[in-house]
Amino acid sequence: MRYHAAKTFEEAASIAAKADGVTRFLAGGTDVLVQLRAGLVTPDDLIDLKHIDGVQDITRLDDGGWEIGVAVAGARLGAHEALCADWPGVVEGMELVGSTQVQGRATLTGNLCNGSPAADGVPGLVAAGAVAKIVGPDGMREIPIEEIPAGPGKTTLAKGELIAAVRLPARGAGGGDAYQRFIPRTEMDIAVAGCAINLRVEGDTITEARVAIGAVAPTIRLVPEAAELLVGSTLDAATADALAAAVSAAANPITDKRGTSEFRTEVVGVLARRVAQTAYDRAKGDRS
Amino acid sequence: MSKIHVTTTVNGDSVEFLADPRETLLDCLRDHLDLTGTKEGCGTGDCGACSVTLDGTLVCSCLVLGIEAEGREIGTIEGLAQGHELHPLQRKFIEHAALQCGFCTPGFLVAAKALLDKNPNPTETEVRYWLAGNLCRCTGYDKIVRAVMDAAEEMRKEAV
Ligand SMILES: Cc1cc2nc3c(=O)[nH]c(=O)nc-3n(C[C@H](O)[C@H](O)[C@H](O)COP(=O)(O)OP(=O)(O)OC[C@H]3O[C@@H](n4cnc5c(N)ncnc54)[C@H](O)[C@@H]3O)c2cc1C
Ligand code: FES
Ligand code: FES
Repeated sequence: MRYHAAKTFEEAASIAAKADGVTRFLAGGTDVLVQLRAGLVTPDDLIDLKHIDGVQDITRLDDGGWEIGVAVAGARLGAHEALCADWPGVVEGMELVGSTQVQGRATLTGNLCNGSPAADGVPGLVAAGAVAKIVGPDGMREIPIEEIPAGPGKTTLAKGELIAAVRLPARGAGGGDAYQRFIPRTEMDIAVAGCAINLRVEGDTITEARVAIGAVAPTIRLVPEAAELLVGSTLDAATADALAAAVSAAANPITDKRGTSEFRTEVVGVLARRVAQTAYDRAKGDRS
Repeated sequence: MSKIHVTTTVNGDSVEFLADPRETLLDCLRDHLDLTGTKEGCGTGDCGACSVTLDGTLVCSCLVLGIEAEGREIGTIEGLAQGHELHPLQRKFIEHAALQCGFCTPGFLVAAKALLDKNPNPTETEVRYWLAGNLCRCTGYDKIVRAVMDAAEEMRKEAV
């Protein structure tokens, strides 16, 4: 295994583009090292991104949005008051990842690029409409987060491409988001089902919404048909029922030791109902 | 495989070692620096027996590469006591019988110290969540939580 401490994203991209064996980027290492130790993946080239300028930064952009560096650990997101005030759902998803020790290292970008359908940090990003800034041999491009997962353990990033930052849009007035997952206990487990919702209200009426689901399909995905049901409503009981049904209908889960397909399908709908309520309350100014 | 020379600070002392790039910080502490207080329970981030601080942040040393320690500051269980004087957490663990086999204990102590450094007055719930990444097969956790709460109280009194 060759270890490279890249100093720029361009250098990291060029090492990855030239490499002919197994390549991994090293952010927090909480997936990379587990896979290395288990003998699942021993990279020929391991490219550490933590020596690149700015990767530890959480920056407020001129337009009111946020840029999150690729080495920012979960605990640092949770400690950032202004970011938590704008995007509590994004932060609470990432904060569910692992223990205190894991939170000291694990990053949002690593969570995304590891490609787990159950990644807790990703549905919140997708619901928020976040984009990834990608550097590769052909220069820089930006794509929506939901276009990155390609199936368990896979992403759409091409050889030599890596993420240079994650960008969240400006929160704007009347916005709220939330994420919840179901696990059989309260800490340290992998999501059986997860749902994130981001919406905007004017008065009591929802004017915009995005719904994302996790752990119930080969990738984390947007459910636009569920979001459409929310828009124009005041989240009355009939809308909440329709939302739960639409989200369950969009689920296509597997059965494994953590839950059956039927259970996951049902639970993701229940989560959608609860998450919508929290996002709605937050949008209306409830800070909890 | 060529080894990499690493210079780092452990418990305030500057140290050097040669590491294979695949070796974890845990391996390096135990095998190259003879600091065997830090334990390997799982090697996969689940048990917390390998807890250390890296530039003040609590991490699992089994999920950090040794070569990532270059130029950083590491804190291990060996740095807790001041000479022969035990840290209040260590004393309270003994008083409350918060250990049986003791394998998990260094990890719990390092993790609990990181909590009290940040939050000198945690609630029991905060202690339990903070320590959720530390597993113990012997004690049933209750005595550990009580020892941490008691140590925190004593340290608060000493601070005034
Ligand atoms: C004990 C334990 C508990 C966990 N619990 C959870 C949980 O509850 N929920 C959950 O979702 N996950 C969990 N995880 C998994 C893991 O912690 C997360 O997926 C974490 O967010 C990964 O981030 P990282 O920075 O450590 O990634 P790394 O391990 O550094 O990298 C992960 C992958 O992303 C790629 N990568 C990293 N950065 C980039 C980049 N900038 N561009 C392109 N590719 C990149 C790497 O090549 C690698 O394939 C747990 C892990 C452990 C050890
Ligand atoms: S040995 Fe590191 S967490 Fe178990
Ligand atoms: S005392 Fe034996 S594992 Fe905790």
